[in-house]
Amino acid sequence: MFTIFTQLADWVTYQLLSIDSDTHLAEAVHFFIEDTTKIFALLAVMIYFIALLRASLNVERVRDYLEGKNKWFSYFLASIFGAITPFCSCSSIPVFLGFSLAGIPVGTTMAFLLTSPLINEVAVLLLFGLLGWKFTIIYIVLGMLVGIFGGWFLDKIHAERWLESFAADALKEAQDSKNKTGGDVQAVTTDTKMPFEERHEFAKAEMKDIVGRVWKWVFIGVGLGAALHGFVPDGWITAHLGEKQWWSVPVSVVLGIPLYSNATGIIPVMESLLINGLPIGTTLAFCMSTVAASFPEAILLKQVMQWKLLAILFSMLLTAFTLIGWIFNILM
Amino acid sequence: MKTITVLGSGCVKCHQTQDLISAMLKDKGLDIDVVLDTNPASAMKYKVMRTPAVVIDEKVVHIGSVPSKDTISSWFD
Repeated sequence: MFTIFTQLADWVTYQLLSIDSDTHLAEAVHFFIEDTTKIFALLAVMIYFIALLRASLNVERVRDYLEGKNKWFSYFLASIFGAITPFCSCSSIPVFLGFSLAGIPVGTTMAFLLTSPLINEVAVLLLFGLLGWKFTIIYIVLGMLVGIFGGWFLDKIHAERWLESFAADALKEAQDSKNKTGGDVQAVTTDTKMPFEERHEFAKAEMKDIVGRVWKWVFIGVGLGAALHGFVPDGWITAHLGEKQWWSVPVSVVLGIPLYSNATGIIPVMESLLINGLPIGTTLAFCMSTVAASFPEAILLKQVMQWKLLAILFSMLLTAFTLIGWIFNILM
Repeated sequence: MKTITVLGSGCVKCHQTQDLISAMLKDKGLDIDVVLDTNPASAMKYKVMRTPAVVIDEKVVHIGSVPSKDTISSWFD
C-alpha cells in the first residue's frame, strides 16, 4: 500500500537530486522524503474520515456519560474516551474541574487525562503507516493500561486528599450532593444533534487545523529520525544499547523527561530508533516518557494538585514506563 | 455591552482569541476591554470545560476554539 512513497523517495533522492546511493546523506534524505510524504498523505485523508465520526463527541458528553459509572468499568471507559475524544491539552484543567463537579472521582478523570496525550488519532495513524498494525495495537494497549492503572492507583491512595483546596471542595460538594439528591451539574455546551453538512464542516476544519498544527512536529520528528538514520554510525546503537542492559531503560525514561514532544512528532523518532537497533522496550520507555512526562503538563496539573500529588503522579508514570521497558525487552 | 472575558489557560489560542476580539472591537469603534482570565476557578464558575471560551456580560457565547472573525463580528451587530 505504501510502496508509492518509497518510489517517490527513490526518484527524488537518486534521480532528481542525484545523490550517491551508498552515502549517509542518501539514507537520510530518502528516509525524510518517504516519511514526510507518507505521513501527510495519511494524515489528510484519515483525519478527515475520523473527524467525520467524532464530530458529535466532546468532553461534555463524555462527562455526562462517565458520571455515576461503576468504578471498575469507569477507568476503562475514561481511558478509551481519552484516546478518541478531540481534546486540546490546554483544556486539561477545565476538564479536570468539570469532571470533578459532576462527582467523577480523581482516578477516573486522570484515566482520561493520562491516556489523552499518549493516544490520539494522528499518532495511531503514524504508527500504523510507519511501523505496522501489530506495533500499533501494542502501543494502544499500553497507552490505555497506563491510563487505567494510573487512575486506579490514584483512587487507591485517595489522591483527592492532595488536591488544591478549590478543586477538592468542588469534588467533595458534588459527591455529597449526589448522595443526597442525585443532583446534576450541567456543563455549558453549544452542541446538539449533528446533520451531515455540519459534520463535513467540522471534519474539514479539523483536518486543516490538525495538519496546520502538526506539520512542524512531523518535519522535526522526521528530520531527527532521518539524522539518526543517516548519521549515527551503523551499529552504534546496537553495540552500546542493543544488549538490553537493565540500566538502559531507566536511563532512557529519565532522558525523556526534559524532552517534550507530542505523540505525533515522537513516532518518526521511534521508528528511527527501532531501525537502528534500540530494543523495543527501551524505545517504548523513552518515547512514552517524552510524551507523557512533560513540564508543560506538570505546570498545568499543578493548578489543581498539591506538589505531593504531582510528585506521586510522576513517580508512578516513570515507574510504569520503566516496567514497560523491562517487560518488552525481555519478551521480544 | 459591558464586559468581555476570554477564559483559558494562557496558551497561544487564548491570546489569539483575545487579540482577534480586540481587533474587531477597534474596527467597529467600540471601547470595551477584553480581559483574559486564566484562573481555573473562573472556568469552573461558568461551567466551561473547553477553552478558549468567551463570556460576554456574564453569558457564555463560545466554547472550545478560537472563534472565527464572522462569529466574533456577529456578537457586536
